[in-house]
Parts: sequence; C-alpha cells; structure tokens
Amino acid sequence: MQEVTVGIAGAAGDGLDKSGDTLAKSCSRLGLHVYAYNCYQSIIRGGHIWLRVRIGENKVYSHGDNLNVLVALNQDSIERHAMEVEEGGAVLFNSDRLTCEPSQVKAGVQIVGLPMKKITEEVVKEHGALLPIMQNTVAMGAAAYFANVGLEEPSSVLADTFAHKGQKVIDLNVSLLKVGYEFAKANFKPVTKEWKFTHKKRCFLTGNEAIAIGAYAAGCKFYSAYPMTPASTILHWMANHANETGICVKQCEDELSVINMAIGAGIAGARSMCATAGGGFALMTEAVGMAGIMEVPVVCVEVQRGGPSTGLPTKTEQADLWQVYGASQGEFPRLIVAPRDIVDCFNTTVDVFNLADRYQLPVLLMSDLLLSEHPETVDPEVFNGNPVIDRGEIVSEWPESKGKFKRFKFTESGVSPRALPGTANTAFVSASDEQDEESILISDMFTSPATRRKIMDKRGRKIENLLKELPAPVLEGPADADLTLVCWGSTWGPVKEAAELLTAQGIKTNLLNIKYIAPFHAKEVEAILSKAKKKISVEVNYTSQMARFIKGETGISMDAHINRYDGEPMEPLYIVGHVKRILAGVALDYDVTEAEAKDMAYHYIRTHAQEKLRPTAATRESSNGHGEPTWNVELSERATGKLAARMKVGVSTGATYSFEKLAEEK
Amino acid sequence: MATVIELPVELFKGPVDPDWCPGCGDFAVLKGVQTAAAKLGITPENLLVVSGIGCSSNLPGFLHAYGIHSLHGRAVPVATGAHLANTDLKCVITGGDGDGYGIGIGHLLHAMRRNLDVTYIVMDNQIYGLTTGQTSPTTGVGQKTKSTPQGNHENPLNPLALAITAGATFVARAFSGEPKHMADTISAAIQHKGFSLVDIFSPCVTYNKVNTYPFFKERVYKLEDENWDRTDFHASLAKAFEWGDKIPLGVVYETDMPTYEDSELAFKKGALVKQSLKTDPKVWANIVEEMI
Repeated sequence: MQEVTVGIAGAAGDGLDKSGDTLAKSCSRLGLHVYAYNCYQSIIRGGHIWLRVRIGENKVYSHGDNLNVLVALNQDSIERHAMEVEEGGAVLFNSDRLTCEPSQVKAGVQIVGLPMKKITEEVVKEHGALLPIMQNTVAMGAAAYFANVGLEEPSSVLADTFAHKGQKVIDLNVSLLKVGYEFAKANFKPVTKEWKFTHKKRCFLTGNEAIAIGAYAAGCKFYSAYPMTPASTILHWMANHANETGICVKQCEDELSVINMAIGAGIAGARSMCATAGGGFALMTEAVGMAGIMEVPVVCVEVQRGGPSTGLPTKTEQADLWQVYGASQGEFPRLIVAPRDIVDCFNTTVDVFNLADRYQLPVLLMSDLLLSEHPETVDPEVFNGNPVIDRGEIVSEWPESKGKFKRFKFTESGVSPRALPGTANTAFVSASDEQDEESILISDMFTSPATRRKIMDKRGRKIENLLKELPAPVLEGPADADLTLVCWGSTWGPVKEAAELLTAQGIKTNLLNIKYIAPFHAKEVEAILSKAKKKISVEVNYTSQMARFIKGETGISMDAHINRYDGEPMEPLYIVGHVKRILAGVALDYDVTEAEAKDMAYHYIRTHAQEKLRPTAATRESSNGHGEPTWNVELSERATGKLAARMKVGVSTGATYSFEKLAEEK
Repeated sequence: MATVIELPVELFKGPVDPDWCPGCGDFAVLKGVQTAAAKLGITPENLLVVSGIGCSSNLPGFLHAYGIHSLHGRAVPVATGAHLANTDLKCVITGGDGDGYGIGIGHLLHAMRRNLDVTYIVMDNQIYGLTTGQTSPTTGVGQKTKSTPQGNHENPLNPLALAITAGATFVARAFSGEPKHMADTISAAIQHKGFSLVDIFSPCVTYNKVNTYPFFKERVYKLEDENWDRTDFHASLAKAFEWGDKIPLGVVYETDMPTYEDSELAFKKGALVKQSLKTDPKVWANIVEEMI
C-alpha cells in the first residue's frame, strides 16, 4: 500500500491546523484515507505545535511512525523534525527567514527552501501585501505537489473554506497555493508515485464530532457541559448545531451542575448527555451514584487527558479507568464503555442511549484526547441518521383503578417500568436515599433490611441481563498467535498496526481489545487469555490499569506491560520495539534518549535563557560523579551558531545537573 | 387567561406523614406549598417538587406530586435539567439554608441570573438541623452551635439582597408563624414568570434556641400592610438589609424580565420531552455533507 505522511510544525497561532485541514480534506475528497494527529500545548500563541497527516490508499489506523514531508514554519521546527524525514522526502520552509543545512537531514532528503518574497511577487502585485499566515498556503501548495495530490482538489477545498469571505479571498488563496505548487514542480520530485484516486467521498471528523452526531441521531434532546479540554469540541458542535437539531444546549457554572442537570432532564424524560475531561468528572462523581440509585438514564462522556490534577491539559492518556470505575460511593449498576475509534464513537453513542433507557442506568463513555481530537476519514454510509430508538419500558397511561404505581417494582428482569413526570396517577419521588418499591424512603424511620436487600438484588439483576446482551470481546488476528497484545480505547489503532507489523516480521501476533468495562465479560476474557501463549498489555498510562483490572476480574496476569505516559499516544513502532525487547529478555527502561535530552534542553532554555540558545549536540558521559550517565548537551547561540552553554541531563533520572554559560552576553 | 379551577388541598396529601420534630416550621411550609398548588389549580401530575438534602429537603416525599429528592446542594441544577426537559410542569424547588445558601450557593446564583421560570423555597432555620446543630450560612454572629462553641464569628449571608443583585425577579420572605401570608406569598411566587425566591423563617425547635417563633413574632411585619413599592430595585435592596427590631415579610422585590425559556430556541416546538426523537432527514444530510 502506498502512503505518505506530511508533518506541519510551528507555533500556536501560525494557523497550521487550517493548513493541515486543507491537505487532509483534499486527500479525503480524492478517495484517499487520512488520519491526522495534532500534538499541541495549552497555549494560544507560541509554543510548539506538531501536526501530522498520514495519507494512505488503504485505511490507516494511527498517525504512524514515518515522516515524508515536513512543512516547517519556524527554525525550531527544522531543528526538531528535519532529521525525522525519510530518504526521498522533503523539508519545506520559507528560505527568506529560515535555513536548513544538509547536516540537518538524512541523506537523500530534498531541502526545499521556498523563496517566499520572490515567488509571490506577482500575487502581491494583484492582491496587495500578504499577511504572514498566507505563507502557509504557499507551503501547502508545495506540500500538495510532494504528496502528489494535484492542485485541483486543494483549490476546491480552499474555495469552500473561504466561501464566506468572497471570491477575491478565494482567488488570492488559490493563487498562493498554485505558486507553491508550481515552484516545487519546477525544481523537485514528488515523494510518492501516482495514486489511484477512487474519488470516493468520505467524511473527515474527530471522535468528539462522532459522539455529538451520534447523540443527535439517538434523539438526545438535552446536552450540558462546562468547557474543558479535550471535551469542549462536543459542546462546540452541539452549540453550533443547536438551531437545526433542536437540542437544548446548556453551558453550566461547573461540572456539578452539568451532570445534575443532565440527570434532572433524564428523570423528566428527555434523552440527555453531558461530557467532560477527567478533572470535571472528578466533580461529577457523587451524582453518578444518584443516577444509579434513582435508576435514571443519562449518558456521561469522560474524555481522558494527562493527569493527575490539571496535569497535561492538551495531552492524551488512559489513566482514568480507576476513577471512572470507582466513581461514586456504594454499589449500583452502570455501563462503562470505551469505544476504540471514530466509527465506534458514533455507534457506541447511539447504542448507549438505548441501553441507558432500557436498563435505566447511567452510562459512562470513556474516550481520550487522541480519540476525541484526531480527525480521520470515515465512509459516510457508516453514519445512520435513522437508528432504532428503544426507550425501554415507559408507562404512558395508568388508570386509577390499577392502584398505586410502583416506580421500583421488584421485577424478574430488574427493570421497573418507569413513568415520566406529567403522567396522571403515577406520581413518585426520585430519591437519592434508598427507597422501597413505591419509592418511599427506607433510610430514615423504617429501614428494613429485607427491603434493602431486595432492592439491591433488583438493581443487580439489571446488570446481569445487560452483560448477556453486550458482545463479548474477541481476538483479532491469527488465532494461533505466539503473542497477544491487550489494549482498550484508542490504543486499539496503533496496536492493530503493530500486531500486523510483528506478524509480517515473523512474530505471529493477535490482539484483544476491551470495550465493555462494566459489566465485564470475565468468563470470556478468561477463556481467551488462558489460552494465549504470551500476553502483553499496551496502555497509555503508568500503572497498567486495564491489565490490573483484568487480573482482578479473571485472575490472569500479563507476562509484560508496555506503557507510555509522556503525553503522546502509542505509535506502532514504539509498540513493536518494546515487544521485541520483551521477547529478547531485555529489560524495558524509560531512560532519556539523545533526542529527548535535546528536547529537555529546549524546555530548559525557554525558561532560563530566553530562547536565545538552541541545543546542537549531545554526548553521553558515564563517569561524571553523578552516580548515573549523563547527556552532555551543547547549546549554541541562535543568531551566530557559536557554542554558548553546556548542560548535563541525567540519563536515568532526567535531573538537570548543571547549566553553564561559556561566555557572558554583551 | 385560562380559568383557574381550585383543587382540594387534600389532593396533595402525601403517602407518608412528615417525620419532622413536633413544632418544626417545615410543617407549615409543606401546608403552604399544598395550599398554593391547590389554589392555583396545579394538578399533582403537573407539579414537580425538587429538593436537596436536609430536614426540609424531605418535603417532596411528604406531598402528592412528582418529586426529586436529590443530592446535598444540587437541587437547583437537578430542577433546572428537569424543568428544561419539560417546561409544561410547574417546578418548585424546596430546601434548607445549608443546602441552598451553603453547599449549593453557586448553583443558586447562576439560576437567578438566568432568570429561570422556577420557584425556590428556602426553609431558613439558620442552623444545620439534620446533622444535629452546626452553624449555617445564615446563623447570626455570636450564636453558639455544636461547631461554634465559642460563638459563630462569620457574618451571615443576606439571601434577599443576594437574590436581588444576582438577578432574581421575585424576592420574598415569609414566616412559618404566619401560614396564610406564607401560602399567599408562595402562590404569588409560583405565578411570577421568572426566578422567584421565597426565604422562609422556619424555626428549628430542636437546635436553634435563638431564632425561635417568639423571636420572629416580636419582630416581623408585612410589607403588604405598608403599600410597599416592590418594583424599586434600590429601595428593595435597602429593604433587604432591614434586620433587628423590625424584620419585613412579604414580597420585597419583583420585576418583569425575559426568562431563560423565552430565548431558548429548543422550546420553539414545545417541551423537549414531547418532541420527536427522530432526526430531520434534511438536517442529517447537511451534517454529513459538512464533514466531507
């Protein structure tokens, strides 16, 4: 399969997400598959933003490990990423401002300096002076050439993007695109062969958008939220589409209010949803149990980001399993589900609205930053706008002759038909206190142990029945594999690719992805894992939460764990490399690598040297009196390239042992 | 205006009798809510009473209507969600001073600035009763409680002044020792379009030995008897601070402002719970198209 990865790097505010969108949408419209990942920081201007767009003839399941075209919008980006570009690839930059030396790239990489001023002369004559951000469009034109996707589709995407700004703005942008494309064409070779464009139109969307449209398809009428990355884009979608969808969208004063409003709406009978990140969910937990005891259908989306506490607001992690599993005091039925990709986000959302209604329970849908924010191409046929809506057992009429309505009737299924406020003769109180069949409190004066036991049993039966109808996890890949990778959530994508790579390299590998966490298919998982020859968990967290959870439920331990907790998602080669080390009996370490030492130096000089320096070289030193090897990083002046400072970073601990300036600045 | 058919108060009699301490001010409030609903002809199925946690928050269980007995401090958001989902129901929130002015104050402020069309009745006994007598946000300075044995040294919150400045459009006070006046005040609050707050002196006979029935009986007077102009914002705000030998009861402030519901587009087609759950095919097609 032919594929190419284009990376765009710069600072926040450089507008590179829009550029990435243009390229990605163009490829998508040509019938190619796209997976994009934006690595960014919690900053509105400045910082370092690193967007990768992976394009393939077939479906791609992660942003991959390769880089073929780098569009660098500042000098930092060249220094950080030019060396990642593979042979035959290209590094694109504005040569009026930036430089890229042959020593900064691998052999066979094309250094493509775009003489912005010169090549845009004609455009400036016609349209007037350009805004700095417009150089991105020139660069995207060149990138379109290198990616071999032609000019026509990117031009049409730009026309759509700027449609609201009028023809003149469209013309300007399209001519800039053309300038970049023609310049590259006249001087360089594309990095890929000709594609076979199918022109099959696909949607290009994120997991959060998939959840939002899933909610609309499922008949969600009430959505509440408090802004929090990475859940906010669900709120934005909902707010932007409230007018046509008719969904009541409420931004609340805090997350306590968010979930309590959603539960209130659920009691009243509206399909309701809310979403937040881990920190917001921490505030919501008390109410989750209230929905449990009141037996209220409500959907709560928890988008994980790097924790603990405020943690890494714009980085991904899968470390909230304990929090979500342990949310709220006491024991109560709830569904915890973790979709694995964007299509799954849509389908799961549609499904859980039905399950929430039919089993009258809260649903906690776990996503993560990678899944929520990365856009991917999806066949539009996947999105069924007219799904089956099953509201479960609702009493719409209750003649007085039927006697007292029992909201929590002790039934065999555990589900008690519910009535919605407004129905005659079925008035009841939804209470956070324990209650009997008629919803009369048993907590204060008349606590009856038997009644308590029987209502717990009733609620418990719901979860037994729910488990029976949920599909159990299955092995993906060769049944006779030597190795089974165990994962959950968005890590499925890179694990799937890693398993295929390993199998192709002679290590027959399959995978087990866990989607339903509560209730959990303990028997089925135990049956699968007890037969697996070697089991390795792959999770974006520090403590292998899913592996521990599986052990708790099945008694089966993994043979090894692969973890990542640096804020970045799993990547196929990261997994492959770790698997090989595990199989070779080499202990895994999380030592600082040379590239990471330079990266740490970037952070250090930002705070201690006002970004006047940049790391140029790093050498490893063993006997240095620090009790561990160090990376000795050389820092040079940005302006002159003169060696200006040295710093030592511990290979094992990452400690900064020293930072010395060689010459005083004048 | 539709003709109001008064209902018998007995219709609102709950499935169980209240378990409040004999003499508790909350009995009168329960009766006040029942009387107001009966007088206004709100049928039990169209009345939704939402509370938090506390002695007074047990109220929904003691009357015949739909109820939500939610979490401590969360009555307002739960009620907001339920009310927005079904605006055809009359939504009355009930609770205590700890629930509403302590743990739940954040929600209350925002509900008031939204001017939601709901009524909030606070049974203000200036003490935490269910937890056996600790200081509350409205306990007076110097008062000894279980948690302030040396005397409370925090200034009490002024609920009426707070409500007026936060954007509530109906702000009133009542007293359990004046049940008829209270029922009338609750009726007026329910009829008011917009957020109405009724702070009710509802003495805790067990744990508050300062703010007792006699304490209030000696001090309270009715604004209605003095032809009070409830529409003057600044005068009302000043009146809200009147405390000491004379304490006003009645509607301190009322104004007519657009409600949150007035501008919510989702209600154009009626109450959310009565709308179709099916997507509009045209809207759906556009949503899919915009992602391509």
